[in-house]
Amino acid sequence: MDVNDWRALVTVLAFVSFLGIVGWAYSQRAKKRFDEAAQIPFLEEPPQAEQQKRE
Amino acid sequence: MEVQTTYNYKVVRQFAIMAVIWAIVGMAVGVLIAAQLVWPQLNFSELGEWFHFGRLRPLHTNAVIFAFGGCALFATSYYVVQRTCHTPLFAPGLATFTFWGWQAIIVLAAITLPLGITSGKEYAELEWPIDILIAAVWVAYAIVFFGTIAKRKVSHIYVANWFYGAFIIAVAILHIVNSGAMPVSFWKSYSFYAGAQDAMVQWWYGHNAVGFFLTAGFLGMMYYFVPKQAGRPVYSYRLSVVHFWALIFTYMWAGPHHLHYTALPDWTQSLGMLFSLILLAPSWGGMINGIMTLSGVWYKLRDDPILKFLIVSLSFYGMSTFEGPMMSVKTVNALSHYTDWTVGHVHSGALGWVAMVSIGSLYYLIPRMYGKTEMWSKDLVTLHFWIATIGIVLYIASMWISGVMQGLMWRATNADGTLTYAFIESVKASYPFWIIRVLGGLLFVVGMVIMLYNVIKTIAGAQPAEERVLPAPAAAH
Repeated sequence: MDVNDWRALVTVLAFVSFLGIVGWAYSQRAKKRFDEAAQIPFLEEPPQAEQQKRE
Repeated sequence: MEVQTTYNYKVVRQFAIMAVIWAIVGMAVGVLIAAQLVWPQLNFSELGEWFHFGRLRPLHTNAVIFAFGGCALFATSYYVVQRTCHTPLFAPGLATFTFWGWQAIIVLAAITLPLGITSGKEYAELEWPIDILIAAVWVAYAIVFFGTIAKRKVSHIYVANWFYGAFIIAVAILHIVNSGAMPVSFWKSYSFYAGAQDAMVQWWYGHNAVGFFLTAGFLGMMYYFVPKQAGRPVYSYRLSVVHFWALIFTYMWAGPHHLHYTALPDWTQSLGMLFSLILLAPSWGGMINGIMTLSGVWYKLRDDPILKFLIVSLSFYGMSTFEGPMMSVKTVNALSHYTDWTVGHVHSGALGWVAMVSIGSLYYLIPRMYGKTEMWSKDLVTLHFWIATIGIVLYIASMWISGVMQGLMWRATNADGTLTYAFIESVKASYPFWIIRVLGGLLFVVGMVIMLYNVIKTIAGAQPAEERVLPAPAAAH
């Protein structure tokens, strides 16, 4: 195979894997996990709650 | 039992404060070189060549991109990665090295560039010994960042860290490939590449410096600080995943649009144009994701100046990522290339997007580094917002008008085919717009000085914050 065939193949594979990522991101199976992930910046207990726990 | 139970905030504090200071320095040099175009006496030729436009322009771009933007990225990435991984920084000694190493690079740039020591590559002017130091600091940065991710206590890697991670990896690759050079003396080297290849490598680097240094990293800020300040999770986490991969798959190919109508092969130019057009989709997807995070709490925008900074930055991001693909179309580029329109476009992205999102994030970050939740004066933040916004509008509107005017004057021909205008006539016609630009840039610097005053007042007498690392939450095991 000519090197340009490989280049074309890589481009097509990259595009197909991107479509796969889109399908995965919007699949029902991934929904719960992503909803949880979106909360990560807020998983920080307020300092008062922490103090009470230590007491 | 945790060995270290507090987050590592010292390096975050150091980078955050230096971001404000380098912003003022870099932008002040920008105002000076803008003024030099109007009043050439400001080149101070009687003192020597050190303050000439050609010497100071790379100092301006390096200072605002790598000193201000770089420090803001280091500060926010170190903060975000710790707080979203629930663990202190990996290798804190290396993190300290990144701070001092980065400051040393900035000082070396400020010395060598006015002396005329340059490799002549735009946004990569620094000579090879400094390039090696940059590579060392960057590898240390990657070890600290990815090491922190590796020892995270939260199973999912939050999307902001994906963007910061892509920025760190891509910049390492770009810097090392584009800086490949053969030294002939301590302060002089020649590029490994020649001719059109050299130009293509340079703009592969140059455009991805925009794509990964000035976009991916700052999108990392967006995905953390916009939800935090709005008090709501990001509009669509799924869209953020698609946004990330779309950006990664397309940005690397857009560089040739900087070389339209040059010796670069035509097909390469067309490919660059096509990928630049495709880039509109991920850019706008990301912008919509950020702005729509406010849906349901739009009222917060009315009296929260930090949200104003963040949301207006996204509006400018949307504007400049529409303008960019449009300018990459070859027929539009035939008008815009080499004119002030390009300069206006860059500043719409640099001031409107990069600086505004950084300023908003720093206003969130800095008080929290000193055990507070708000800046000393909210009114001064609001004042800063309006001064900066007016400054940007003056800057980019004047550059749009002068740019289109220059393009039209340069292409105008008489009935017999001769050029209607001599080049100098387009220079003379540009003066009024260049004066407006000086004013716009000056307003932006004044805003940053107000910010510095507010920062000093906020941290004066305050103790640096120590915050305990929080236990792993049950929700994300």
